Amino acid sequence: MRVALFVTCLVDLFRPTVGFAAVKLLRDAGCTVEVPRAQTCCGQPAYNSGDRADAKAIALRVIDAFVGYDYVVAPSGSCAGMLRVHYPELFADEPVHRERAQELARRSWELTSFLVDVCAMRTVTARWSREVTYHDACSGLRELGVRPQPRELLRSVAGLRLKELPGAEVCCGFGGTFCVKYPEISDKMVTDKEADIVATGADAVLAGDLGCLLNMAGKLHRQGRRIEVRHVAEVLAGMAQEVPPIGAPR
Amino acid sequence: MLATSRNFKANARAGLADDNLQKALALARTGFPLRRSLAVERLPEFEALRESGRSIKDHVLAHLDFYLELYESRAVAAGGKVHWASTAQEACAAVLQICRSVGARTVTKGKSMVAEEVGLNDFLEANGITPVETDLGEYIIQLREEPPSHIIAPAIHLIKEQVAETFRAEHSALDPARPLVEPRQMCEEARAMLRPRFLAADVGITGANFLVAETGSSIIVTNEGNGDLTQTLPRVHIVMTSIEKVVPTLEDAVTLMRLLARSATGQEFSSYTTVSTGPRQPGDLDGPEQYHVVLLDNGRSALLGTDFQDMLRCIRCAACLNHCPVYAAVGGHAYGWVYPGPMGAVLTPSLIGIEEAGHLPNASTFCGRCESVCPVKIPLPKMMRHWREREYAQKLSPPVYRTGLSVWSWVARRPALYHAFAELASRVLGWAGRGRGRFRSLPLANGWTTVRDMPAPEGRSFHSLWAERQR
Repeated sequence: MRVALFVTCLVDLFRPTVGFAAVKLLRDAGCTVEVPRAQTCCGQPAYNSGDRADAKAIALRVIDAFVGYDYVVAPSGSCAGMLRVHYPELFADEPVHRERAQELARRSWELTSFLVDVCAMRTVTARWSREVTYHDACSGLRELGVRPQPRELLRSVAGLRLKELPGAEVCCGFGGTFCVKYPEISDKMVTDKEADIVATGADAVLAGDLGCLLNMAGKLHRQGRRIEVRHVAEVLAGMAQEVPPIGAPR
Repeated sequence: MLATSRNFKANARAGLADDNLQKALALARTGFPLRRSLAVERLPEFEALRESGRSIKDHVLAHLDFYLELYESRAVAAGGKVHWASTAQEACAAVLQICRSVGARTVTKGKSMVAEEVGLNDFLEANGITPVETDLGEYIIQLREEPPSHIIAPAIHLIKEQVAETFRAEHSALDPARPLVEPRQMCEEARAMLRPRFLAADVGITGANFLVAETGSSIIVTNEGNGDLTQTLPRVHIVMTSIEKVVPTLEDAVTLMRLLARSATGQEFSSYTTVSTGPRQPGDLDGPEQYHVVLLDNGRSALLGTDFQDMLRCIRCAACLNHCPVYAAVGGHAYGWVYPGPMGAVLTPSLIGIEEAGHLPNASTFCGRCESVCPVKIPLPKMMRHWREREYAQKLSPPVYRTGLSVWSWVARRPALYHAFAELASRVLGWAGRGRGRFRSLPLANGWTTVRDMPAPEGRSFHSLWAERQR
């Protein structure tokens, strides 16, 4: 299987390790991985800000960049959801583009669901001795049905104990530009999330979307909590030892 | 009702700082979703029922003129009178004219969001008629001179101590030493105060959850039975409702009621369901002498055929409010008009304009929980996005924000340039944050760093590292 990695803009800028972890997991699953250089961002900031014209222009670039691959995989439910659910909607009234968008949508997957649902991966070889809790990022959960897949793979990590997070399905308050346009409301939401995370007593909190992770890590650090925050792919790929947790000193 | 949606940010700040409100919301935030999910678990066909609900409403909206005319003819045949109102003013005027025709001095009211929408209470009072709210929550907020903060639980923003305080202040004829600690005591006190008002009222005004075209009936559901006393005891019953409440058949109404109660409160069915068809008929034991229906449009028909038509499927269950993390943070008053939460974020700009209500569809993370629990599958985030698109097209969003977005979009369409910027930003921020791994403050990122740290990047962009490793 020839798989194109859609790195996503946040992973590219903040946390390249997540990209390399995704490459390793995809290769372990038997995929040939390529990273098209013509990719940038999925265009969601423009789309959710009501700037449909720019969102379309960016979407067309993304569609071009990923022509010819069997699958397009992103370490983010939000960006994968954009490709899979929103691109076809964006071009609903433009038959030619719509068809191309739908064709890309059919090939686009969030990383953990791709590994489990398409590659039939059931276990990983990683080891990580931690008690962890898991936050379900909204787009992955509700647009793509990503919930059992990361948990199934995490259970195979040697030494890892998964403790469910009450309210795991409730938004952390990131919401893209929302968190800077309405900081007080976002603060209340991420403060509630922080309290729920702390109450589990877990050593680490994982999720599949870097936006949520930056938000939760930022709040946990501001509150002086010593809970590790990591992208699930880092742990599954056995790369958690290679970089400090998100927001921690190097 | 006068809108303060423009002040959403300030309203929200006030809500976040209100300890009593936060206590009340903390209870609601977990209680409603839990009860709903238990009710849904007990009904295996719930998902299929949602699909039926959606298609019933879609069918009606595609043939709304037909069903409204059918409804009117059947309601008239049953002895009722239908008053069409294009605007809030017309609706209020119709109610006043009916009240005056029977010399009414006091009216009792069941809960009606449409009556809130048209500002009926203030209008009646200004015209010398005393409206008395009979739903417990509405009664409490009427005493406090507050608007409702929730569409099915109007006083949800209050804790019981505040209610006790209000009752002591307003029920001044009662023994000041009486105990008012348990909700039951307050409920009984309200009931005792309301009983003579029910008996004295000249006109009873209720809303309607559904209008049934085949029978010309209106249906209300309540948990307190106050609606029944409101509409049965006075000589005149006025139903105050809006045009999208019509459904073809009683069977359809029942399908929607099964969805409504579970989605709203987690009940299988509301405690009281009352079907009214015309005034008292010969041989009836009770019922009003006159039965009027005031049918409000107020901008709804203008939504037909637009991006917002699906919003007219709404059956006012409040599941979207109950599952919304933004509503749970700021409470209903922050939204500044009658309809709060996700349904309000779509409906309010439709009814009072995006210029006034622009914040509402923006103050959402698009987490999608509202859509996932909506009994008639209204794509609420999608429609909020449509509002953002209109706002953007009308250049109503802040210029700085628009310019930033344009520049970013321009760069995002030029991969070579984009990758160069990403590498530069990654290196600069990575270097600056190398010690602590995060920033407590960052230029141009105040919105982020006032409330949380900004984690520092690792120091190189993925694409640069990848390109190096490919060599």
